[in-house]
This record gives sequence, C-alpha cells and structure tokens, in this order.
Amino acid sequence: MSPPTERGRELLRFGRPVRWVHGTFAALLTICIATAAILYNGSIAVLVGDRYIVEQIHVWSGFALPVPLLLGLFSRDYRNDLGRLNRFARHDWQWLRSRDRRDGHLPVGKFNAGQKLNAALSAGAVGVLLASGTIMYFTHLARLSWRSGATFVHDWVALALGLLVVGHVMYALRDPDSLRSMRTGRVPLRWARREHDEWATELAGAPEDQVDASR
Amino acid sequence: MGRRVVLGLLGLGGLGIVFGSKIQDGMERVLGPLELRDPTGLLGLLPIGDTFRFYSVTRSVPIRDPADYRLQVSGLVAKPATYTFADLQAMPQTEVVRDFQCVTGWRVPQVHWRGVRLSDLLDRAGPTSTATALRLTSFDGTYTESLTLDQARLPDVLVALEMLGGPVSHNHGGPVRLYVAPMYGYKSLKWLSGIELTPEVVPGFWEHRGYSINGWVGASNGRDDEPTH
Repeated sequence: MSPPTERGRELLRFGRPVRWVHGTFAALLTICIATAAILYNGSIAVLVGDRYIVEQIHVWSGFALPVPLLLGLFSRDYRNDLGRLNRFARHDWQWLRSRDRRDGHLPVGKFNAGQKLNAALSAGAVGVLLASGTIMYFTHLARLSWRSGATFVHDWVALALGLLVVGHVMYALRDPDSLRSMRTGRVPLRWARREHDEWATELAGAPEDQVDASR
Repeated sequence: MGRRVVLGLLGLGGLGIVFGSKIQDGMERVLGPLELRDPTGLLGLLPIGDTFRFYSVTRSVPIRDPADYRLQVSGLVAKPATYTFADLQAMPQTEVVRDFQCVTGWRVPQVHWRGVRLSDLLDRAGPTSTATALRLTSFDGTYTESLTLDQARLPDVLVALEMLGGPVSHNHGGPVRLYVAPMYGYKSLKWLSGIELTPEVVPGFWEHRGYSINGWVGASNGRDDEPTH
C-alpha cells in the first residue's frame, strides 16, 4: 500500500502529441481493419457491397498509416517514448519469461516488456503490410509471382496484426487507469507505483515509506 | 532491440513476397480441397486460397428466388424475349467442369457448372446484322459486363443455373449467373438479369476501372496465368 500522502497525486504519462499520434493511428487502423473484414469475408462483402469504394477507403487509409507516426517525430516526448520502447534490458527478458511478472519483484520502466514487444511487432507488421499492399495495388511494380506472394504475406500478417490489436485492446479494457491515460494523458501515482515502479520513481522519487525505512 | 524486431519482420515479409506464391501453392493443394468441403465454414475464415472469395460491387443485392427470377433478352434481336427460371430449366442443359480464375490471383480448380449455352439463347433471339456485341446486366443494378458476339457464341460460355453440384447460391450470384470459362472471373457476371444486343462493345463495370475488355485468362490484364482447363 502506498502512503496516504500519495493518494490523489497524478503523473503525466502521455503528452498531447503522443496522444494525438496514438488516436490518429488507432482511427486509421480501425478503418483498415473494418474495410479489410468487408473485403475479405464473403458474407459481409455481399451484404455491404460497393467493393470498389470499400477497396479505395482501405488502400488510402492504409497508405496514411505512417503519416501520424512520422509527424510524431517532431515531438521530443514521442521520440523519447520511442527510445524507451526500443530498449530491452535484461529484466525485460526475465519479465517475459516470468509467470509472476506482475507481482512487483521485477523492475518495470515506463513500458513493460510486453508493451515493448507489442510496439515492435505492430510497427514491423504495419511496415510489411504497407510494402505488400503497395505491390498488390500498383500492379505494374512487380512480376506476377511476387504479387501472389505479396497477397499471401498481406493476408497472414493482417490476420496476425488483427489478433495483436485484439489483445492490445483487451489489456486496455481490463485496466481503466491505463485506458484513461490514453485520453487524458494522466495516471494516478499509485497506479504507476504498482505497474511501472522504475518510471514512477524517476518522476516522483522513491515512495515515502521506503525513504523512511532507509533512514 | 525493438528496432531489430521491426527489421526482422520486414526481412521476413520480403522473403514472403518473393517465395510466398510457392508456399501458398503448397497450402492450397493440402487445405483447398478440405476447405471446399468444410461443413463448419471455419477454414473459410483463414486466407488459404483455392476457394471462392465473394465480390459484390453494389449495396445489398436483392435476393431473387427462382420463382420471381426473369431474364430479359433485348436490343438488336429479331425476337426479344423474357425467360423465367423454369423456361431456362426446360432448355437443353450443358455441363462444364473448369477452373475459375480471378484476376486478383485466386483460382478454384475444377468447378462443376451446369446451365444453358449462351449461344442457344442467341440462336432463339436471332441477332440482327448490325449486332456485334452483348451488354450483360445484373439485377444488383450496378454490375455490367460485355462480350463480343463471337465470344458469346463459344461453347463454354453458359447461363449457369447450377454450380458446385447445386443451385447457384445468392452469394455466388444466383439464382442465375454467367460463366465465361476461358476468361477471368469478373467476366462471369453475377445475378444475371439482362442480355442486350448492341451495335458495338459497351465496356462493363470493371472495364471502366482498368480491367481488360477481352479478359482471356493468361492473355490479358498483364497476367500470365495458365489458361483454365
């Protein structure tokens, strides 16, 4: 339990630029997934119809996906978060292997190892989808066997990314504080101490009870 | 580390693009036949290939059953006519077992089709000397296609009443659709409701969007697929 003085205190977890990048990217990806479902599933396709328009929406929101990610680079906070996501420390590997990873015995920074992995896999998958989608859409770019290969890659990677997104959203729904931080940018200090102790210490110093104990 | 995961995925993606069609072929040979016979339809949710993907170009297509189905033959003909489903059923039926090749790459091998030869319908209507082409329309209100008179008279061009051993389902373009065996799937118009003889070729829905008017499998649309057999 954290001491009473920390009750009600909040930390800024995500500034406005980071939230904007997340929101825009999420909206575009949602459009991509919804239109993909229509293009891909026969029953929905026949129900919705308008194949040409649906395809155009899918393709162009797909091409727009990297735009918020690149615009984000103008923000120092965003670049800082990218750096943190990129860095895997030894305790991150332990965290991924550990069964009781959430009991607090492993130090966790601003992002836990699962979040880092999710970010890397999502970014890689989006890159692959962009490349294969480009080859599929601009048919003169590559020979036929590559285009078939691109369709193959696009189908399976899209399925994998879809599952990753479902997992991401499920974790978010299970944690109201985390969900709220994507909207307001703020998290309770107590939540930060529990989920991201190293980061909480970095911003707010060590918890008071520990400071007391060390005296 | 995160960067290495991203680059690794991109590398794998590149390999997949170069060699994916070979992997896909292998999977299709094993899983394709299973998927066509899968009673749960769950395999259909996976991108396996060698199976039909359903396309519709317009908003919700009205469902017609054989009882209220009509096929109109009109335009430059001596005898315009309207056929009911029963009329078509009463005509000589032709069976064809051929591959169905989509211009986007998927191919369903050895599909069983049954229906009336388009040439039989043309013989009954008697095209006038100025007619050179057909404009085919769909009761979805949007989808149109074209064939030259010579193409339409080929023996493997059917007005199909059955496919895959049963009635043509709504999603497949039933109750009656076209099957143009030697051409890409978009030429096989779904939900067929009108055949109009015209003085020249009127490009159809997909042809306005860049697809070849003469959609021979393997010799159009910049593709080199093996002809359907």
